[in-house]
Amino acid sequence: MIEVRDLVKRYKKADRNAVDGVSFEVGAGEFFALLGPNGAGKTTTISILTTTLRPSAGSVVIDGRDAVRDPAGVRARVGIIFQQHSLDLNLSGEENVRFHAILYGLYPYRPFFRAMPRAYREQLRDLAGVLGLEAEIFKPVKKLDEPTAGLDAASRRNLWAYLRDVRAAYDITIFLTTHYLEEAEAADRICILDQGRVVSIGTPEQIKADLLDEFLLLDARDRQALHRELDALGLHVAESGPFKVDLNGHSAQEVISSLRTPLTLLRTSSPSLEDAYLKIVGSSMEAMA
Amino acid sequence: MKEMHAVLAIASRDVLKLLRDRSRLVFSFVFPIIFIGLMGGTLQANLGRAAGFNFIGFIFTGVLAMTLFQSSAQGLLSLLEDRENDFAQEMFVAPVSRYSIIFGKIAGETGVSLFQAIPMVLMAALFRVPLTPFQVLLMVPAAIIACLLGGAFGVAVMSLLGSQRAAQQIIPFLIFPQFFLAGIFNPIKILPWYLAPLSLISPLRYAVDLLRGILYAGTPEYDKIVLFSPATNLVVMAALFAGLMVVGTVAFVRSETSR
Repeated sequence: MIEVRDLVKRYKKADRNAVDGVSFEVGAGEFFALLGPNGAGKTTTISILTTTLRPSAGSVVIDGRDAVRDPAGVRARVGIIFQQHSLDLNLSGEENVRFHAILYGLYPYRPFFRAMPRAYREQLRDLAGVLGLEAEIFKPVKKLDEPTAGLDAASRRNLWAYLRDVRAAYDITIFLTTHYLEEAEAADRICILDQGRVVSIGTPEQIKADLLDEFLLLDARDRQALHRELDALGLHVAESGPFKVDLNGHSAQEVISSLRTPLTLLRTSSPSLEDAYLKIVGSSMEAMA
Repeated sequence: MKEMHAVLAIASRDVLKLLRDRSRLVFSFVFPIIFIGLMGGTLQANLGRAAGFNFIGFIFTGVLAMTLFQSSAQGLLSLLEDRENDFAQEMFVAPVSRYSIIFGKIAGETGVSLFQAIPMVLMAALFRVPLTPFQVLLMVPAAIIACLLGGAFGVAVMSLLGSQRAAQQIIPFLIFPQFFLAGIFNPIKILPWYLAPLSLISPLRYAVDLLRGILYAGTPEYDKIVLFSPATNLVVMAALFAGLMVVGTVAFVRSETSR
């Protein structure tokens, strides 16, 4: 359970708030995505949530622990996966894993692999097996051919499959921040940030409905006749065609069946989440220009 | 207990990185040959008799303290490098206290520095610096103290400077003058009035003097070379260490969270 209340962050020497009054809640076991263009305040928000940055105002409570008053308590309850690979290239894959396992207090420190507890050794071999890296896991990462290439596409897929499994098995909450819409689309709920503020929050369906309406695109050789008919139906459109008809709750069927003018163009448009997102990002870019 | 294991993991990572870095290892063997062999050798041949003491031993203790201090101080800067790449982000979001991270880093860099001291001691023995096994044994804790002081100096500098670039530009100005103010190569028994106070605030000076106190103990030249008693040096270093650590860690935690 994550509760963010009226979060504000203004960096030193900045003349505007990087995060400007953000509030949201994430329920236990939920898959929540924080989405927004570059500079929207995602990194600032996640830095505050992971206790590496102190907010200017507002509060963050994660699993009952306050991020400012009890950062260690928060850190003990979250695990973080960074987007870029964050391996120490001088160490082997196994040494990287061991380092983090010890930092997270899962195992005691031992100077080499064979001295580690059996449970660790078995888990590591399992992991290497799953990744198909049995031979490579003990070699320094920088000595491997293309340590990242080849892993990326496959490991991305593996990661998502893994997260789905873990979530099902342990009822953990997943908090994703991304500017890739495709990644967010699978989330239970999405929060879209722009210029430090929450623009929209809800299920992907709600966001689509909030941000974009369904519309019909119509055209006819006799545009005047079509315009008159649409007017009569109470659907107001611009003077020049082709006409974009906002459905506002009407069904496309209902509109078309009442039209008599022969149409030369008929297209229905139901927005994708991408349209909704681009609309937000687009308007923010216009505002900046 | 968990924090102790985290400290060990962080420290051993630094030592492992040294052992994997062949060019750094080679350099740490070449360096003492240049300073102790070439520099100490020529000074001994030309000035040794006039000065009335063993110049190779003088250079050896100076360069040893300098290497330990500087290597530890500079090693701490890798924490900035870490912070600027993703690896450290992972370290900083792990449930480990900041004090453990800093302490692990100092312990690791101390290990790295001590490793580099081994070829120096071998070099000194080769050049007939009068060292008894007992003196070598006494030098081990003195060397560790020099490393810890260098590490604390590094923490303070790193935290106050904040970025790796600033640190790399400024640290030479903080370390280079100390080579002369601490008397690595040059005797500083007598100093002009305007240099004496500067020398007194150079942390490196006390680490050098402690090592010289061990090497020259009981010899007639002791009074010509050694400035303070080992006890005085230890007290000053303990105070400096505590002060630098407090300033450094407080500034580090602040710079991390209050940007």
